[in-house]
Amino acid sequence: MAASSKKWVLGIIVLAVLVPLLQPVFPDVVSNYRLFLVSTMIIAAIAVLGLNLLTGFNGQFSLGHGAFYAVGAYTAAILMDKLNVPYWATIPAAAIVCFIVGYLFGLPALKLEGHYLALATFALALAVPQILKYKWLEGLTGGVQGIVLMKPEVPFGLPLSEDQWLYYFCLLVMIVLFWGAANLLNSRSGRAMMAIRDQYMAADTMGIDTALYKTVTFGISAAYTGIAGALSACAIAFVAPDSFGIFLSIKFLIGLVVGGIGSLLGSVLGGIFYVLVDNSAQSLTQFIRNDLGLPFDLSAYTVFGVLLIAIIYLMPMGIAGGLYMAYRKLRGARA
Amino acid sequence: MEQLLQQFASGLANGAIYACVALALVMIYVSTDHINFAQGEMAMFSTYISWQLMSWGMSFWVAFILTVMISFAMGVLIERLILRPLHNAPVLSIIVVFIGLLAIFNSMAGAFWSYLIKEFPSPFPKSEFGIAGVIGAHQLGVVLVTLIVLGLLFVFFRYTPLGLAMRAAAQNPQMARLVGVRVDWMLALGWGLAASVGAVAGIMVAHIVYLEPNMMGGILLYAFASALVGGISNPAGAVAGGFIVGILENMVAYAGNQIEKATGVYIIGNGEKLTVALIIVIFVLTVRPAGLFGRVVVRRV
Repeated sequence: MAASSKKWVLGIIVLAVLVPLLQPVFPDVVSNYRLFLVSTMIIAAIAVLGLNLLTGFNGQFSLGHGAFYAVGAYTAAILMDKLNVPYWATIPAAAIVCFIVGYLFGLPALKLEGHYLALATFALALAVPQILKYKWLEGLTGGVQGIVLMKPEVPFGLPLSEDQWLYYFCLLVMIVLFWGAANLLNSRSGRAMMAIRDQYMAADTMGIDTALYKTVTFGISAAYTGIAGALSACAIAFVAPDSFGIFLSIKFLIGLVVGGIGSLLGSVLGGIFYVLVDNSAQSLTQFIRNDLGLPFDLSAYTVFGVLLIAIIYLMPMGIAGGLYMAYRKLRGARA
Repeated sequence: MEQLLQQFASGLANGAIYACVALALVMIYVSTDHINFAQGEMAMFSTYISWQLMSWGMSFWVAFILTVMISFAMGVLIERLILRPLHNAPVLSIIVVFIGLLAIFNSMAGAFWSYLIKEFPSPFPKSEFGIAGVIGAHQLGVVLVTLIVLGLLFVFFRYTPLGLAMRAAAQNPQMARLVGVRVDWMLALGWGLAASVGAVAGIMVAHIVYLEPNMMGGILLYAFASALVGGISNPAGAVAGGFIVGILENMVAYAGNQIEKATGVYIIGNGEKLTVALIIVIFVLTVRPAGLFGRVVVRRV
């Protein structure tokens, strides 16, 4: 990473840490609700990063990352609900469980490529809610009703609201995970991952253990998304099978494609983006109904679908790629 | 025993639906190497169109035929407008576009017709006949309609010049182009036909699963399983796969039921149908990707 971009990242982190402290000054701008929203964006960014590690940097497709998100969320929820594990300890637990599940799913995925892997993961995404409702697991998962949890409490008597604390907690996890991902990608292993994406056969010939790298990447990717799931279980304080359907996986795909495939910054942008659209669809619908007078319920997914296709046509590398190109052009014009 | 036969019959009817959707998937796969993830949602959308036509006072069969024609046009338009420009795009782009289409169709259906579950009429008489009421009239009708559609398609591809041209375009585009086949349009026609066949499946199944924007999710998964079991590059195999998977699905649920009755242990039932399909998909993909009747593709590297 170049020194200038390091400065940028540091600046943004400092800003992110300071913002909640401005709440007494601008109570309307930095409301608790907004902080909660930003927390969900952070969670989304982590989930998209997980998918990006697999698809963007290793070239394996997944339309079923909602499954790992669900496993993470349920791991956290069950640990908190049944074993009274503190919420922060569920994050590493979810990571381990999801790594194992992802690694195991990565084994059959080794034999599949392109469309077939997409098909297998798509099938996984479709089946997840049913698996979660399975009768034998009902004692653990709470069946159709799901599990209701407690929101994380503010520790050490810090003078923070619940939402502020949640925000800091998510921010901390995100910084650690992105730091980890950046270092992984900059290492020998990261280069091997990308070599497999770019030239599978050449990578194999160079002596890279492709099978090992692909399955472990699947595991790491699942672990990242699973951590996001565990965080969301803490944040929303509720898990239920039907919130982990195919459309959750589609949202991750949206984040990936819109933000930028194969870009860390893109994962953040993608996460922010899909939460934003998801949340503003309702007000957009109201705008269409009341101000334009059209009897039409705009769903976030219409926007998502149109954008997915538009991005593929106009900006195949997503927002991050587009920004980078614009930056390069500006620099070129100056030089 | 009677229960077993009933399960078998309803498996046959489900299988007919899966066969239709699987056939639609295979038609697109054979000619373009793409797996259409939006096939189910396209069929669902067509079904809503037919519902709308019927609620405007058309009779079932008129609405049926009109819908099949509209779906054909819709399929052709999607291919020409959205997929044609991406002819040489990487696989990921194609998959993303399909997922985009899926999201659009699903949410548009919800926007136009709401997410409330609607009843869908059946054109067949209510009375049960056949062997001691083992098979319902609607189920029998579904199987019949499917067989008619398959027969028509077979005749079309086997005995008409256009069908021959389409097969040529799918098998060897370069040579087909050399002998004057307009390969581009053949692909678009294939898409149109796939959308039509999907529409038939949607209209037939809507009476059973009720009409709602997410009705095709599970069916699409089973259609994937069917296409894979039969061999995703083989249309006849896909149809056979549809019936096999349909019957297998009900037999698994039946067996689970019997085990629960006999031992009181619940292992598997109706609630695990999608999981069964998932297992079939992954099993076939990893163990025998060519399916039962597919051709093993050897690629030179």
